[in-house]
Amino acid sequence: MVEQTQAKKYSKPLPHLDEENRPWWEALQRHELYIQKCATCGDIRYYPRALCTNCMSSQVQWIKCSGRGKVYTFTTTYQNQAPGFRESIPYIMAYVELEEGVKMLTNLVDCRPEQAKIGMPVEVVFEDVTPAVTLAKFRPAR
Amino acid sequence: MSLSRKTAVAGVFEHPTRFAPDKSLFQIMAESLRGALDDAGLTIKDVNGLCTTGMGMSGMGIVGFCDYLNLTPNFVDSTSIGGSSFVAHTAHAAAAIHAGLCDVCVVVYGSTAASSRFAIGTGGERGGAGDPCDQYEIPFGPTTVGAYAMVAQRHMHDYGTTSAQLAEIAVTTRLHASMNPAAKYRDPITVEDVLASRIISSPLHLLDCCIISDGGGALVITSAERTRDLKKKPVYILGAGETVRHAARGQRDFLEIAAAQSGRLAFERAGVAHKDIDMAMIYDSFTITVLATLENLGFCKRGEGGAFVSGGRLRFDGEFPINTDGGGLSSNHPGMRGIFLVIEAAKQLRGECGPRQVKDCEIALAHGTGGALGTRHSGATLILSNQ
Repeated sequence: MVEQTQAKKYSKPLPHLDEENRPWWEALQRHELYIQKCATCGDIRYYPRALCTNCMSSQVQWIKCSGRGKVYTFTTTYQNQAPGFRESIPYIMAYVELEEGVKMLTNLVDCRPEQAKIGMPVEVVFEDVTPAVTLAKFRPAR
Repeated sequence: MSLSRKTAVAGVFEHPTRFAPDKSLFQIMAESLRGALDDAGLTIKDVNGLCTTGMGMSGMGIVGFCDYLNLTPNFVDSTSIGGSSFVAHTAHAAAAIHAGLCDVCVVVYGSTAASSRFAIGTGGERGGAGDPCDQYEIPFGPTTVGAYAMVAQRHMHDYGTTSAQLAEIAVTTRLHASMNPAAKYRDPITVEDVLASRIISSPLHLLDCCIISDGGGALVITSAERTRDLKKKPVYILGAGETVRHAARGQRDFLEIAAAQSGRLAFERAGVAHKDIDMAMIYDSFTITVLATLENLGFCKRGEGGAFVSGGRLRFDGEFPINTDGGGLSSNHPGMRGIFLVIEAAKQLRGECGPRQVKDCEIALAHGTGGALGTRHSGATLILSNQ
């Protein structure tokens, strides 16, 4: 029983949640993906920050994303000694360009390495990896 | 830059070791420092400036190294921007000397990356990092090689660049290593060998990746005036530039890298043109690093890198010689290798490179890349001359 529990334990690195980024991660728990838009100058940004990099305004607007985008670039990783990934190779890491205009680093899932292409339409899938953390990954659009 | 030709590299030393389980990190650094001072004809008593950083030392490692060597310098700089750090240190030392902050500044690096078994590039070494940007990357399995691979993939998509073209960089670099007795890998390889090596992170093969070694090196920087009564011919610092690139709030063009800005600054400050460069030392963590850097420095247009590196053009006797020491791809890559870029450029300008000497070498460029092109990185460019 003990062994089974340990085998199921999520062993990949987890993000550090703090008061600045918590709203973003909590939205992912609800299976919603957001980016930020500056309420003062309109500049969009990812990842979430407390202030705008363009005009330094603290006025934040949260934009709910459609979850659709295209693969900007990707790589299939065949070697990574880090715990959690060692057991997952090969896996695909990609930048996905969201319809809203920002690029996110993510994984392509439900996608064979030979199937991955730049420009490929993808859609978000929410992976609940721990009670506190849900990750936004992407699969080929259906 | 107003400090053009006001300062010079007066001494260099590349530690011959590639595997040193019998040496401590500070010992390798100190032996390198001694070598560079001997080369310059100076002693430890002349040193009043120090620049260093490294992977094996603590955040305050420069103070610990001063303790080890009983140094109390007037100027210290531990700028830590990855493998390019030592190219930036050289410029910082020049500026400090020009500003009167010190007279003789040593730039030093050492590492036991191989004997300490660092899994550089594929060890998930960035996992658990604490900066805000890291939180949006570490869950997805980023590796250093993977971040560079994504730049290669995009370059291939946009411009039709091929793995065979990237392989040409590795082949030329190995040829140069075969002419460097200290290089770790000296047996010539072919494009087919590179393409037949296993994929580490697509589209990059094992032989597209730098090696892991131990090693160390040091440079002595002083005023041009001071070099007049020293042992070796001075290698003048003409100009330098440095900057960083990152995800740019999610809006980055990943084929535009730090070299575009650091290179432009270095050329402007040096007052020389691209056609004046006789040889270049281009940080070669991966083959794609070289191709992207050559484009961004402006030696060819964006998208033309594949053709630019092909047909032996980068050979020591080719149209645009680079990485004549065998580079990080074949000679040594002890975690960070910016210092070796400056060392080999200086040796070329002093005409000390034997069979791999570039003919009529008067102006050389060194460009360091630190970090990962596909996430965050720094670039530092330095232009040097024996005139």
